[in-house]
Amino acid sequence: MKYIDEFRDGELARNLGASIAATVQPGRNYSFMEFCGGHTHAISRYGLSDLLPSTVRMVHGPGCPVCVLPIGRVDLAIRLALEQGVILCTYGDTLRVPASDGLSLMKAKARGGDIRMVYSTIDALQIARDNPDREVVFFAIGFETTTPPTAVAIQQADAEGLKNFSVLCCHVLTPAAISNILESPEVRQWGTVPLDGFIGPAHVSTVIGSRPYEFFAEEYRKPVVIAGFEPLDVMQAILMLVRQVNEGRAEVENEFARAVTRDGNLKAQDRVAEVFELRREFEWRGLSVVPYSALRIRQRYASFDAERRFNLDYRSVPDNKACECGAILRGVKRPQDCKIFGTVCTPENPIGSCMVSSEGACAAHYSYGRYKDMH
Amino acid sequence: MGEAQGKIRRGYVRPLDLKHGRVDMTHGSGGRAMVQLISELFARHLGNDYLGQGNDGAVLPAPTFDGKPGRLVMSTDCHVVSPLFFPGGDIGCLSVHGTVNDVAVMGAKPLYLAAGFILEEGFALADLARIVESMAGAAKEAGVPVVTGDTKVVERGKGDGIFITTTGVGVLPDGLDLGGSLARPGDVILVSGSLGDHGVAIMSKRENLSFDAPIESDTAALNGLIDAMLATGAGLRCLRDPTRGGLAATLNEIATQSGVGMMLHEQAIPVKPVVAAACEFLGLDPLYVANEGKLIAICAGADVERLLAAMRAHPLGRGTVRIGEVIADDHHFVQMTTAFGGKRIVDWLAGDQLPRIC
Repeated sequence: MKYIDEFRDGELARNLGASIAATVQPGRNYSFMEFCGGHTHAISRYGLSDLLPSTVRMVHGPGCPVCVLPIGRVDLAIRLALEQGVILCTYGDTLRVPASDGLSLMKAKARGGDIRMVYSTIDALQIARDNPDREVVFFAIGFETTTPPTAVAIQQADAEGLKNFSVLCCHVLTPAAISNILESPEVRQWGTVPLDGFIGPAHVSTVIGSRPYEFFAEEYRKPVVIAGFEPLDVMQAILMLVRQVNEGRAEVENEFARAVTRDGNLKAQDRVAEVFELRREFEWRGLSVVPYSALRIRQRYASFDAERRFNLDYRSVPDNKACECGAILRGVKRPQDCKIFGTVCTPENPIGSCMVSSEGACAAHYSYGRYKDMH
Repeated sequence: MGEAQGKIRRGYVRPLDLKHGRVDMTHGSGGRAMVQLISELFARHLGNDYLGQGNDGAVLPAPTFDGKPGRLVMSTDCHVVSPLFFPGGDIGCLSVHGTVNDVAVMGAKPLYLAAGFILEEGFALADLARIVESMAGAAKEAGVPVVTGDTKVVERGKGDGIFITTTGVGVLPDGLDLGGSLARPGDVILVSGSLGDHGVAIMSKRENLSFDAPIESDTAALNGLIDAMLATGAGLRCLRDPTRGGLAATLNEIATQSGVGMMLHEQAIPVKPVVAAACEFLGLDPLYVANEGKLIAICAGADVERLLAAMRAHPLGRGTVRIGEVIADDHHFVQMTTAFGGKRIVDWLAGDQLPRIC
């Protein structure tokens, strides 16, 4: 496969592993957070941690859109499907996220909810066109990568006069989540979560550019390397971070120069700004309520806002007490530190959201790496 | 009256309208319409002496293997695929291949098939005819006749067009035992060709997925290939066709049944570039995608070259490769060395394989 296989070359990866081992300074520990679940998945799937020296530790971050979706938000979607009888369109991963009363969208579907998996907002719009007598709601989740398509869908529905289409907007923002982690007492005051740098998600930066990270590098003195999702990208980014730490630099570097620019995709940013505005606050699973960390639909497009259209009021629902997803999403704990990991909580019966998506830290460790805990 | 009577032809039944006609409730009610459907469609295409007996059950000769009495192997499989027609096949040939393969992987020679049809009211007779013709072609090619069958019709909205259940019977010679519990450390794992073709062909056609890839299902009857493998006399432990859940599910089943572990080699696992690209695009892992014409063989390490040669000499086994070994492991993990020299688990699939969001 052209343009992908080149970035999965085992020989090159081993060479990079050797370079990292030769670059780390003896007696020094390095702790880097890969913010995005896509990176978590790549690290687990390709067994990259086996190629790193023992002094380099990767901490999984909260950048998995399914994992940070709080129970209350999934409850809203389920209520729309079961009580309002709408056709609820959703991305695949979201179907299994546990919600209140032992439900998930998948289970709500079995109870008669008309819940359909779509691959893109284009499919959701088509379902709305094909079912003019039904209300069709798109359950919009994700970071900056999935936000522009939602904005375009809303504008297109507006242009077409598609009256039965609306969006339950749960789009969240990467920089806000990183700030929240850096401001957390574990990182800032107590130092219980040592963080020497970040790997930033390249696909987010193809939209927002690398500029938004410059603040973190400067303010918190943490190096950031924006990296692609192929295994070689991740290895290269780790090498770049190790070099920055060694040299005492805290800069934003771009490993993914093949698609990321400093300013990002201005057209996409304009579309997003036309349709969305900042929410004053938004609840994240694991990070709790984070100010200005998510988007809502502007007044101009209010008729496409499912929250307004169906008068939905958000109710926060606490996570299962035994579940450590919160601490895991903040990098405070590892999946295997959770008492219910691999016992009560498995990919078949996820208790916490990190066990749902293969990008979730718990699911990735369970599916790809748990043999390490047993041998 | 006399004049009118002259125009009535005795015993005349208007033939089925196979162009524009549709299945209706009378086709399942036990009356003339049902008999007509059976004779003009099912019997016409699938017909053979056993089916032609026309009784409630088919009377079959006692099975023998090379003239000696053998043991019976029986397997059944329900087919509910959507879409019904997909690149490389349809529910008709699939329902034959699936069951023939389930019997053949036991080491048995498949002899007969039974077919049950659940039709939804309103289903186009033209589509039904296409499906039955395809079944007949597949049964003929595999050399396994459909000897008995049943048809039911459910009301519109209570089915998904057509469901087909097939049951197969085969004969297994004494002394040959293959099974999922027989894998031992040191055995070698072979796969007969590229993985994921069927599942990706289906998914590329499914509604809500405007994805167009020139990928064809690999659906095929494997009894011929298996005959060639058995003829080598190689120490075969277990054969499986990795259908739902793909290679990963099948190997995990065998590892659990046999109480062993497995070590696969990622670079050796064959996936066509176009299938790999489609999976990449859809967020799927080809190791978990269904196949309908591929075989996993676990065989004694010493016999592997002999078996490989025989498989590669058969048209359906040309792409056979060695993908890993059976190892001792108390946890019964299926593991894989990645192209990077790292290791990871190839786990059971949790629920359906759902595409990742970003």
